[in-house]
Amino acid sequence: MKTVIIKYNAGNVQSVMYALDRIGATYLYTDNEEEIRSADKVIFPGVGEASTAMNYLRKVGLDKVIPSLKQPVFGTCIGMQLMCRFSEENNTECMGIFNVDVKRFPAVPGMKVPHMGWNNIMDYKTVLAGDLPDNAYVYFVHSYAAPVCEYTVASCEYVLPFSAMLQKDNFYAAQFHCEISGNAGQKIMENFLNI
Amino acid sequence: MLTKRIIPCLDVKDGRTVKGVNFVNLRDAGDAVELGAMYAEHGADELVYLDITATIDGRSTFIELVRRVAHTINIPFTVGGGISSIGDVSALLHAGADKVSINSAAVRNPDLINELSLEFGSQCIVVAIDTRYTLTENGHEHIVHTHGGRKPTEIRTIPWAKEVEERGAGEILLTSMDTDGTKNGFALELTATVSGNANIPVIASGGAGNMDHFYDVFTSGKADAGLAASIFHFREIDIPDLKKYLNDRNLPVRMTK
Repeated sequence: MKTVIIKYNAGNVQSVMYALDRIGATYLYTDNEEEIRSADKVIFPGVGEASTAMNYLRKVGLDKVIPSLKQPVFGTCIGMQLMCRFSEENNTECMGIFNVDVKRFPAVPGMKVPHMGWNNIMDYKTVLAGDLPDNAYVYFVHSYAAPVCEYTVASCEYVLPFSAMLQKDNFYAAQFHCEISGNAGQKIMENFLNI
Repeated sequence: MLTKRIIPCLDVKDGRTVKGVNFVNLRDAGDAVELGAMYAEHGADELVYLDITATIDGRSTFIELVRRVAHTINIPFTVGGGISSIGDVSALLHAGADKVSINSAAVRNPDLINELSLEFGSQCIVVAIDTRYTLTENGHEHIVHTHGGRKPTEIRTIPWAKEVEERGAGEILLTSMDTDGTKNGFALELTATVSGNANIPVIASGGAGNMDHFYDVFTSGKADAGLAASIFHFREIDIPDLKKYLNDRNLPVRMTK
């Protein structure tokens, strides 16, 4: 099986690679369109800021490549947000795979932003959550979130309910960092690779 | 519900963990990677590795250790100790660290916090603040210390904590040198003040001696995370017991078993 991690300017993806190493998966880290199109599975990771990442994707044409992929694609963290329609983070037009807008957590006294740490996800409706215990804890670091919408396949609550995971056709996404989310995160990655 | 985090801290010298009382009298507590993996398995929510070797050779040994830790464990970890440049941070993040902690360098050059958060994102920049209640010309004040807590500065701790947040820190690691090593409990009042003023998470450190101390720092201390070293290394508190203790008292914690 050929797994590709999409290479772009969004932060450090070393921990994603290590997580794949731990589950014994091989992968290619590339921005080459042919390599991406010929992969069986595509991982679109990310740590960073939406507009900078989106500008780069446009510059290299990946903003057109990613939405046109037919194989299972898994976006995580900022990767997930870039797959939405729009992000309030520097008012960024994103790729629009999921027709939902990413919003900043509202300011509420006593609720720190970013939402950082382990929180439980619930109401799974996705194959990626197969064999996961109810209310599994996963690790989040983010200041923006997609509200619960028709594509939500797992939700979480911080200040208000938001989408922890989205799914539409061959596109899967998680707001949290599977790669450092303990055994739960590892299970989700394995489930994606086993689709 | 967002949970309170339990963070074992591993002081590392030559690939092995050490922990002293008040940062002197170091004692060996084992292999750093193995110990980290054990903590992850026991339900630690995050780890902190502090490099206490200051030599060039020690630095490259530490980066190799970071690589091995990142390969082995599946929870987030922060690394710190002697970090003073964008290059240092880049090397550690590329080795697989999730966050870096800066301390003396931020005091020397506060602009470094802005530069690092701009370059790598706030989420991975932790500013460590070592503080001691000190007699100054204004009476007793909480004063920032550097060099492992030995060297006083002229900076007051509470405004400094606000400043590091404004400059882009993603998290504060607050160590009270007054309570560190005492096992008499965290500095609750100071932690509550810093955490209450901050809109970023605050990790409390220094003074944990029993499970009640963690309960206290998460409730009256308003901390987002509690960090300790020797009590974990020497099995005075087992993390699963601590999690259960806090869970039984209705604190949100991540139960792994």
